[in-house]
Amino acid sequence: MSAESLSASEHRRGVSKQRLVALIRKEARQLVRDKSNVMVGLFLPLLLILLFGYGLSFDVRDAPVALVTEDPSPTAQNVLAGFYLSPYFAPVPLVSLNQAIDLMRAGDVDAIVYLRSDFSRNLARGDAVVQVLLHGTDPNRARALEAFAQGAIAQWSAKRIAAGEMNRAAPPITIESRQWFNEANNSRFFLVPGLVVVIMTLNGALLTSLVMAREWERGTLEALFVTPVNSTEIVIAKLVPYFVVGLGGLVLCLLSAKFLFFVPIRGSLALIVFTSMIYLLVSLGLGLLISAALKNQFLACQVALIVSFLPALMLSGFIFDLHSVPSVIRAISRVLPATYYVEALQTLFLAGNVAPLLVRDIAALSVVAVILLVAARANTRKELA
Amino acid sequence: MAEPDTVLALEARGLTKRFARDDTVVFALDDITFQARRGALTALVGPDGAGKTTLLRLAACLMRADEGSIFVLGMDAATQRQAIQDRISYMPQRFGLYEDLSVQENLDLYADLHGVSHEQRAERYARLLEMTGLGPFRTRLAGKLSGGMKQKLGLACTLVRSPELLLLDEPTVGVDPLSRRELWEIVVDLVERDGLSVVVSTSYMDEAERCSHVVVLHEGRVLTRGAPDEIKQGARGHTFIATSTIPQTARALQAALIDTPEVVDAVPRGGKVRAVIREQRPIELPNVGFESVEAGLEDGLMMLLHRQASTRSASAAMLDLAPERRNAGPEIVIDVHDAVRKFGDFIAVNRTSFSVRRGEVFGLLGPNGAGKTTTFRMLCGLLPATSGKLHVAGVDLRKARAAARQNIGYVAQKFSLYGDLTIRENLEFFAGAYGLRNARKRERVEWALENFDLREHASDAAGTLPGGFQRRLAMAAALLHEPQILFLDEPTSGADPLARREFWRRITSLAEQGTTIVVTTHFMEEAEYCDRIMIQDAGTMLALGTPEEVRAQASAGGAVVDTMEDAFIAIVELARQKAERSGAAA
Repeated sequence: MSAESLSASEHRRGVSKQRLVALIRKEARQLVRDKSNVMVGLFLPLLLILLFGYGLSFDVRDAPVALVTEDPSPTAQNVLAGFYLSPYFAPVPLVSLNQAIDLMRAGDVDAIVYLRSDFSRNLARGDAVVQVLLHGTDPNRARALEAFAQGAIAQWSAKRIAAGEMNRAAPPITIESRQWFNEANNSRFFLVPGLVVVIMTLNGALLTSLVMAREWERGTLEALFVTPVNSTEIVIAKLVPYFVVGLGGLVLCLLSAKFLFFVPIRGSLALIVFTSMIYLLVSLGLGLLISAALKNQFLACQVALIVSFLPALMLSGFIFDLHSVPSVIRAISRVLPATYYVEALQTLFLAGNVAPLLVRDIAALSVVAVILLVAARANTRKELA
Repeated sequence: MAEPDTVLALEARGLTKRFARDDTVVFALDDITFQARRGALTALVGPDGAGKTTLLRLAACLMRADEGSIFVLGMDAATQRQAIQDRISYMPQRFGLYEDLSVQENLDLYADLHGVSHEQRAERYARLLEMTGLGPFRTRLAGKLSGGMKQKLGLACTLVRSPELLLLDEPTVGVDPLSRRELWEIVVDLVERDGLSVVVSTSYMDEAERCSHVVVLHEGRVLTRGAPDEIKQGARGHTFIATSTIPQTARALQAALIDTPEVVDAVPRGGKVRAVIREQRPIELPNVGFESVEAGLEDGLMMLLHRQASTRSASAAMLDLAPERRNAGPEIVIDVHDAVRKFGDFIAVNRTSFSVRRGEVFGLLGPNGAGKTTTFRMLCGLLPATSGKLHVAGVDLRKARAAARQNIGYVAQKFSLYGDLTIRENLEFFAGAYGLRNARKRERVEWALENFDLREHASDAAGTLPGGFQRRLAMAAALLHEPQILFLDEPTSGADPLARREFWRRITSLAEQGTTIVVTTHFMEEAEYCDRIMIQDAGTMLALGTPEEVRAQASAGGAVVDTMEDAFIAIVELARQKAERSGAAA
């Protein structure tokens, strides 16, 4: 037999159930006995849930808004009454637009609502204009304020229509104020699905980034390699227990989403779990790949944080809306698996089973999972450098 | 090319392995050729860095050779990796025990991986646990075992099935003499009773002497190979026991001999000195008598090493201390009275009392976990004693630990200098740390470079240099401030025989000039260099005295005591039996 075919036959050697079970049992025991795993696997997700869930909020409250009316008529004042009643605004009544602009420049108000002197007259004609000027340095906040402003005005219109003072068919101020998927504009609704992503990433990549490197550092692989064991068995055995821990983290997330933050789950729960499992394979594969390639726990942990956790946090659309970032960043985010998972989860939680979107996301995640796992397997050669 | 011989367990032909280190290529193995027979015990002997581990890793198919080939059980390692790995067992130097798994779980894991059936297992486990004495500890986590027990468990894990070839990489490193003896009994038994083929690497000559075939590696090349008797042949007629006719310590006589150009090697043994002489007749030396003795493996090796042009003489390793530092200070420099150190409920050092005189070489001996390191750390002022009195260099350690430190030098077991700094930078840094300034600092750094033979590599990064340089640098750094007392923790571990001679020559010259030396070692024969030694086990002091007195104490128990190692084992075993009896009586 030639050298080529011999080494090929080595690779073809199948996975043995006995060896696999033995290795999985070993990994599971190590996982349970090492306190640091429990910390990262269970305590950290809990901490993140509470921290992000309660500490991080993009909700707007008592935002200072300049209300400028050049029209002293009662109608105009009525239109603005909604701003005084809303808990979202702290109105600053003004009569001059220039004054308001000065305040805005100084950062003392976040928005200006401007009614021109001909407002009442135009209203009667049916083409009234309410100008809303927003402080755009924080696009998230600006967008929220815009929606609230529209809401406050819409409230007035609705009352007028209800009172029969206005024609339903042709309201004088047409406002599209409905904010999709998040009517209450509760940031937790979209934060919690994002949080699930962050926790799945952390659980998967961080824990597994340590496991292969630990075996390299402790020299345990050297003895393991000189047994009939093959690399595929080693990789699978590493995946299984951490997959289970990851699912535990997912359950923790879903329970807190439902019972702690009352996030609606409009899509199928089974689909949420299925998508999460695929994403879990992605992050486990990434962690294993890093660990197997670097062979050093400290380095692997740092790299795992930088390439998995941070992008998942910053670039996946979890915190910063991808529509408002430069196109370069958006392009980067499109190659991050976390982006697809965030999109899939936010859709499943808040919109329901939107088939075309989900199919695309799940397909993208599956491809990445396979690539990463194959790469991790390829980097676990039974050879010392 | 000839077909591989299937009656051979291992065969290397022109085996070469290179590693790229920074910009240079290092030959770990350079054109190695040797054969190891089946059913026999073959030793790979050499100091750290000789290439033993690389050779075994190539045999275990964990690395690929750059040139040449290696055949394992008649199969080519380059192409039949898995077939070889299915039939051999390999115990790496740091055996991959899973420390968070129990003894039984570790055994089960390897049995499962090797596909050992449950019937075979029952029989196999019984024998392995009996052999290793691990029976009572089946549920204990591997991480909680002593060093010797860990090695035995590692060996047991490699033996859960019957391999055709067993590769052992320095199985006794860091293992106390008792466990070392037990491990070797197991291995020899496997070869003699089961006809197992074993290739073992070691830096101990007495271990190599028990093998039927020895391959001596030196700097990646085969220095010599053959049966131990063949290697001894070279020193036959050259080996003598030298006795001083005037009152003189063995160490002083050894130093005098090794400084003589006609002497190839000299080591203190049993109060006398064993010497290898270039000619087959004794030399003329006043007040010294010579008596011819049987050559040993180490004697044969020293003859071979001596012929190598590259080797330096240990007689160059003398130190000159400034005259004003000599014979300074009080007579008793270390006084320990009833020292106790507890960690929680655990008593690491139990009521230990001893004193060390100025200029004495004092050895601390004991198995791992005996309390050597704890005693050491207390003496260096790194760890406060729980109770008792410790005076070092005239300073009460309870009151002024920092002041005591100014008078001591400490050489740690592991290389603890800065690998990224050059030799000169390291020395300058430590000189500064000891408060030396300007001219004095320059003078001391020059002294260190000169006396420790470091000048040639003064501007090389310490981390890139071979172990021998690092050990010399560590000792030089500890002597920069001319301490009254020098503490050395396992200073010769992993060093080659020549480097060890050199080291002890320096120690002798330091002691002659009034520096007190406290040293731990696991080479029991090195205790012969000490004026007095203390043997500890399980935190308790078992013996204290000159090597002569300790040997006498050991043979009083009825044991046959030839070497320091025999004495050590006899004393520790006797103490353990006593402890068991009193434990049973209570």
